[in-house]
Amino acid sequence: MRVKRILQSKDEQEKNAPVDLSLMDHLLEKYKNKKGNLIPILQGTQNIYGYLPHTAFAKISEVTGLKLNEMYGVATFYTQFRLNPVGKNIVKVCHGTACHVQNASAISEAIEDTLGIKDGETTPDGLFTLESVACLGCCSLAPVMMIGDNTFGKLTGSSAVKILKEIKIKESN
Amino acid sequence: MKKTKVLIGLASCGIAAGAMKVYDKLKALQDAEKLDIVLKRTGCIGMCFREPLVEVIDDSGSYLYGDVNEEKAVEIFDKHLKQNEPVKDYIVKCDLFKTKDDIFWDGQIKIALRNCGVIDPENIDEYEEMGGYQAIKKILGEKISSEEVIQTVLDSGIRGRGGGGFPTGLKWRFAHNNKADTKYIICNADEGDPGAFMDRSLLEGDPHAVIEGLIIGAYAIGAKEGVIYCRAEYPLAIKRLNIALDQARKKGYLGKNILGAKDFNFDLYVKEGAGAFVCGEETALMASIEGERGMPRKRPPFPAESGLWAKPTNINNVETFANIPYIITNGAASYSKHGTEKSKGTKVFALTGKISHGGLVEVPMGISIRDIIFKLGGGIIGGKKFKAVQLGGPSGGCIPEYLADTIVDYDSVTATGAIMGSGGMVVMDETTCMVDMARFFLDFTCKESCGKCTFCRVGTKRMLEILTRITKGEGKEGDIQKLEELAYQIKETSLCGLGQTAPNPVLTTIKYFRHEYEAHIIDKKCPAKSCKQLLTYSVDPEKCTGCTVCAKNCPSNAIDGERKKVHFIRQDACIKCGACFTKCKFDAIIVS
Repeated sequence: MRVKRILQSKDEQEKNAPVDLSLMDHLLEKYKNKKGNLIPILQGTQNIYGYLPHTAFAKISEVTGLKLNEMYGVATFYTQFRLNPVGKNIVKVCHGTACHVQNASAISEAIEDTLGIKDGETTPDGLFTLESVACLGCCSLAPVMMIGDNTFGKLTGSSAVKILKEIKIKESN
Repeated sequence: MKKTKVLIGLASCGIAAGAMKVYDKLKALQDAEKLDIVLKRTGCIGMCFREPLVEVIDDSGSYLYGDVNEEKAVEIFDKHLKQNEPVKDYIVKCDLFKTKDDIFWDGQIKIALRNCGVIDPENIDEYEEMGGYQAIKKILGEKISSEEVIQTVLDSGIRGRGGGGFPTGLKWRFAHNNKADTKYIICNADEGDPGAFMDRSLLEGDPHAVIEGLIIGAYAIGAKEGVIYCRAEYPLAIKRLNIALDQARKKGYLGKNILGAKDFNFDLYVKEGAGAFVCGEETALMASIEGERGMPRKRPPFPAESGLWAKPTNINNVETFANIPYIITNGAASYSKHGTEKSKGTKVFALTGKISHGGLVEVPMGISIRDIIFKLGGGIIGGKKFKAVQLGGPSGGCIPEYLADTIVDYDSVTATGAIMGSGGMVVMDETTCMVDMARFFLDFTCKESCGKCTFCRVGTKRMLEILTRITKGEGKEGDIQKLEELAYQIKETSLCGLGQTAPNPVLTTIKYFRHEYEAHIIDKKCPAKSCKQLLTYSVDPEKCTGCTVCAKNCPSNAIDGERKKVHFIRQDACIKCGACFTKCKFDAIIVS
């Protein structure tokens, strides 16, 4: 069982830079009275903000009548949902069976060393968030990582780092 | 003269290998030279080890090019497409002559994957040209009753391809016999087993086959609404499914009065999963569709009686549904003639790990594991020694080399302690540590346990702690017994398949590789030289040139030595990170 916690610092951040909740109106209108709507609403909210802002929960509850405890229950249960802001590029390093056998931990270690962050953390410049995931389904190309919608296969520690550096150069231009 | 066709495999795996660049290059060349050819995308043909793949079909035959990159694409374009001279060096499969990769195809029978890599998955016309939607037309046109459809599926002998192995026809009959106004049919596309990707390939390569299978299932059990529950990690599969659903609706295969049949209404939608392995379990999956935490429910009542929204529900796996149209169109016997007495038909396997020909194969049930790995799979990478194969993902088990002649059917595989599962085969060689493998799977199931049953929630955690300790060289006498004891308790007291099978990888590795556990615990050694904490690093004085690279890269300053003199590792300071081993250019670091 996984345990997810909300960072205390996040509330401060949201106070300083309030989240624009009106972006959710269309989404809430669409799913308001549908049964089984909780997960699609949370997925839609995360698509808008990149994570689930604290204040968004209250708004969803207000509009749809869903209970806060149920929403947090679902949001903390599924790996997809993030309770904290993420970097611009989410680096998903696959740790499925095939990737594990082909030494995926070397990829994670190389990235952790280069970016100076651990699994689940975000770089201070907000460029990268590192995540290990179960299986991306590209097992024949193991070890694999995914950045945005792009999948990179047959990696080594250094080739993975090279890809990150290229992104960094692109972003700084 | 027919137009020359050029097919590019653009499934997720192909795209990851660079197929999109090849497609763009060929498209640009075609546009620039205004060459009269048909360029189209297709799904995965299964030959992942040669990706990106480009197939050229002209009047003389079909030529499949492998390992294509942009430069090779230009060459193929100039020589084959413009001057009609195939570039033989890059051809991996051709119907005119033999190639060294032909062994990959020998013995394969494509039923579920019949259209993958052949048709454009985003074009319904191509599916229809291959005989698609004929099965549902036949049923409605000849007014075949739902009982007869179920009987045909039952006669074909097909069993649940998701891993359970329950006869599909029987499942349908239960749902059919439960009378209710509303019934649901669900396609389980929450392929969570790490190491399995056959469902992704099917959905990306031939989504209409799965949809047609669902329509037939809905007709058979009397469902009006269906759901395809697909993992969110498969964005391309979701996109192609939604395109296919729109096309099917426009053509009248979905919606009200399907194909003019008065009382047959059925529609489908795709539900995106949110990342929870346990949602592959049918009752947890339904809880997730209802918008709750994906926790399994007690059975009975079974879904056929009370499933989604407490209505009779039937759930089958993607591969099962993909087989159904073939069975209806060609008759039960065309399917049941393949396979063994109790496991009929074919099964798709995903070959991964330390295997030369990684990819997807579809073989008749009854073929031996050895044949799959050494014939189709081309053996082990780098000629290393084959040690074991993991079947059935985290719920399955490791089958050792000496049992490799086991045939693949549900009962023979179960007898070894593994399970058929969805068909992921992860091949391991002599460098894979079995204790570490068991730890890896436990780590996975421990994280994925939903937390409902105490033994699954706490027990997997305790087992993981013991296994982690063993791989660190801190194993104690009695650890193996404790692991076994916990394993049986978890199996007996868990509600769903996740907990009931989670200890399987540990139990099978203890059963077949007990000596490796003992080596870790008693001798503090890892025979596969994989558990870093149990290794000793030393310098080979013969090979060391004194280049100082190892000393510079050692994070704990455990390496002494002057320039151009043999270096020395102080064992008391060594943290066994392996940095010296990876950095040494002269293979002078000995690992023992």
